[in-house]
Amino acid sequence: MDFLNALVALSNFVLVPAIAYGSQLALGALGVTLIYGILRFSNFAHGDTMAFGAMITVLVTWWMQSIGISFGPLPTALLALPFGILGTMLLVLFTDRVVYKFYREQKAKPVILVIVSMGVMFIMNGLVRFVIGPGDQRFADGERFIISARDFKQMTGLREGLAIKTTQGITVVVAVICVVALFWFLNRTRTGKSMRAYSDNEDLALLSGINPERVVMYTWLIVAALAATAGVLYGLDKSFKPFVYFQLLLPIFASAIVGGLGNPLGAIAGGFVIAFSEVTITYAWKKVAKYMLPESLEPSGLAQLLSTDYKFAVSFVILLIVLLFKPTGLFKGKAV
Amino acid sequence: MNETLKNTGLFAIVGGLILLTGFMQSWNSAILIINMGLISAIMAIGVNLQWGFAGLFNVGVMGFVALGGLAVVLIAGDYSPEAWSAGGFGIVLALLLGAATVTAAVMISKKMAKGRARTIAMLAVLIGGFVLYRAVFDPNVAAVEAINPAAAGNIGGLGLPVLLAWPAGGLLAAGAAWLIGKTALGLRSDYLAIATLGIAEIIIAVLKNEDWLARGVKNVIGLPRPVPYEIDLQNDPAFVERAAGMGLDPVMASTLYVKLGYSVLFMVVLLVLLWMAQMALKSPWGRMMRAIRDNEVAAEAMGKDVTRRHLQIFVLGSAVCGIAGAMMTTLDGQLTPGTYNPLRFTFLVWVMVIVGGSGNNFGAVLGAMLIWFLWVQVEPLGIWVMELLTSGMAEDSALRDHLLDSAAHMRLLTMGVILLLVLRFSPRGLIPEK
Repeated sequence: MDFLNALVALSNFVLVPAIAYGSQLALGALGVTLIYGILRFSNFAHGDTMAFGAMITVLVTWWMQSIGISFGPLPTALLALPFGILGTMLLVLFTDRVVYKFYREQKAKPVILVIVSMGVMFIMNGLVRFVIGPGDQRFADGERFIISARDFKQMTGLREGLAIKTTQGITVVVAVICVVALFWFLNRTRTGKSMRAYSDNEDLALLSGINPERVVMYTWLIVAALAATAGVLYGLDKSFKPFVYFQLLLPIFASAIVGGLGNPLGAIAGGFVIAFSEVTITYAWKKVAKYMLPESLEPSGLAQLLSTDYKFAVSFVILLIVLLFKPTGLFKGKAV
Repeated sequence: MNETLKNTGLFAIVGGLILLTGFMQSWNSAILIINMGLISAIMAIGVNLQWGFAGLFNVGVMGFVALGGLAVVLIAGDYSPEAWSAGGFGIVLALLLGAATVTAAVMISKKMAKGRARTIAMLAVLIGGFVLYRAVFDPNVAAVEAINPAAAGNIGGLGLPVLLAWPAGGLLAAGAAWLIGKTALGLRSDYLAIATLGIAEIIIAVLKNEDWLARGVKNVIGLPRPVPYEIDLQNDPAFVERAAGMGLDPVMASTLYVKLGYSVLFMVVLLVLLWMAQMALKSPWGRMMRAIRDNEVAAEAMGKDVTRRHLQIFVLGSAVCGIAGAMMTTLDGQLTPGTYNPLRFTFLVWVMVIVGGSGNNFGAVLGAMLIWFLWVQVEPLGIWVMELLTSGMAEDSALRDHLLDSAAHMRLLTMGVILLLVLRFSPRGLIPEK
């Protein structure tokens, strides 16, 4: 019984949140890694692109709620998500036309593009704050829990409860759908294959008649869809606040780099590595230890390795360790 | 038009803008712009050292600025003997233990042969060291934080004159930069960017959470000042008389006097650093740096130690940012870790350097003054524009209210537009590198 209780406590506080957070990070990191693979620069504006997509979705959700459209037990935001994706696609295509295209034609150094993306970051950040303001916005509705802690306790008679929020379930399901669709696209379709070819060897791809502008356009479209989805899922799970999305940049980049920049599979693995380490290291283990250890060994403190405010430090330290020992990331990434 | 004339003209335009602020708004805000502009100029010189001279992409400026601020608390804060006797030494001991653990782990990884024995030894040292560190650290921290938590609860400072804190801020930032540079400088430019971004967040997290150090988010207020207090000046008959002689009332005169005092101090620091940076740029060392920046492989073939030079300039540039951070905290008179925001303290400094002209010290200074002026003035300007735009709308229109409320967020938008425009149409900045 103690073992089961410990297991449930562990799932409730570590596994479930980490899986949901990991899926969100993985979707974000996929966007970063695709940009890096095809356009060959680190996109600092990615966090704010996510915020933009989430913002459009929040606005459409509010509009739908006001005219009485709902999605039953599921959050209305899922219905609004396509609009968010569409808006983000328009925004990034516009940005690419107006800003990035010029530097691509100039064959500017990657670091120049990074600085350019800093400018885009400022603009998008300003835009989001301008439209929706810097404050917290809640837009989740529908059922709050798939299983609430109380129901779970009644069902199983255990002392520990396991709560799974609807948003956590949706996050995982949507993330799986996105990833499957993405890999199907990259591996099975002509456009997807040309994207991979362009990423592997630009000159050879051009030689075989691949249109680079088309590849770039599709990349932006996919990145916009991923970013908007990741942004909405994160917003549903936690809450929507523009500045938080900017701060997500660090764990997202850490995930992409840990997995190997430019490698989609690596981005997913990296997302989960970062999420699990963040949650396990900042979790107070006293509750689990109470069930697993004999009374005499029970920890007196919270048995928390680091306070939750240091979660940035965790993603960062993992990033450094991986870079020092395996500079191209866990899966082989590119090195420009 | 020759170059000197053009550059003087550019500086004159920025000076004119600030004078205009003085006439249109108030001299108080004009001098405030100058003071923060001077501090920003020093930060810009630091970033320009790293980026303009050596091509290092450091987006962790905020962290070094915050460390400079911490130095002010540690050097000039009130000396607190009871905190030291309660646990101050214990904390220092714990930190030394932590450092020893890391050093031992690094030694093991270097000295022992690769294999299972090394992994086990390293894990044992790290875990044992961590447990020991927490065992010493936690009770001492609790003891220090228990002392008068409403007003203090930290280990306090050394009670030294606040001007000493400025070089100390530079030293603290330099020490941190050395540690970071040792680990992260071998990485590619993108990775270095992410690494420095992360370091800055960690430094802020430490400042926010380690209450024993600088009270965390409870803030340290009332730090000593290098200039007299307004109230003392107002009570000084000689000062009041002189102010009356100039036709100013004592309150106004005392605030201006204090602010101008800061301006003079900041100006002296800026001129010294600018002179040093110019000398460095012209020296063989500066030429070597630019050679490394332009072609690392060629420079290495000429026998230059690229990694060492990078570390050197990374430490120097960060130290300059640390000095600026200490000066800023001195100007504010308080350390408020909650207000450090990467957009304001890292990316805005980058905009300053790029707009001014990377690789040119005068460009960095000009860019800093100009961008700081805009950063301050875009907000009232934005509200004014919005009022103009919405003047035709109904008084109670929701859109009108929203536009007026959001005008304050115009500054980020404007900074982004300026950065992109400069990068597109004048990528070498206002005063290009020679």
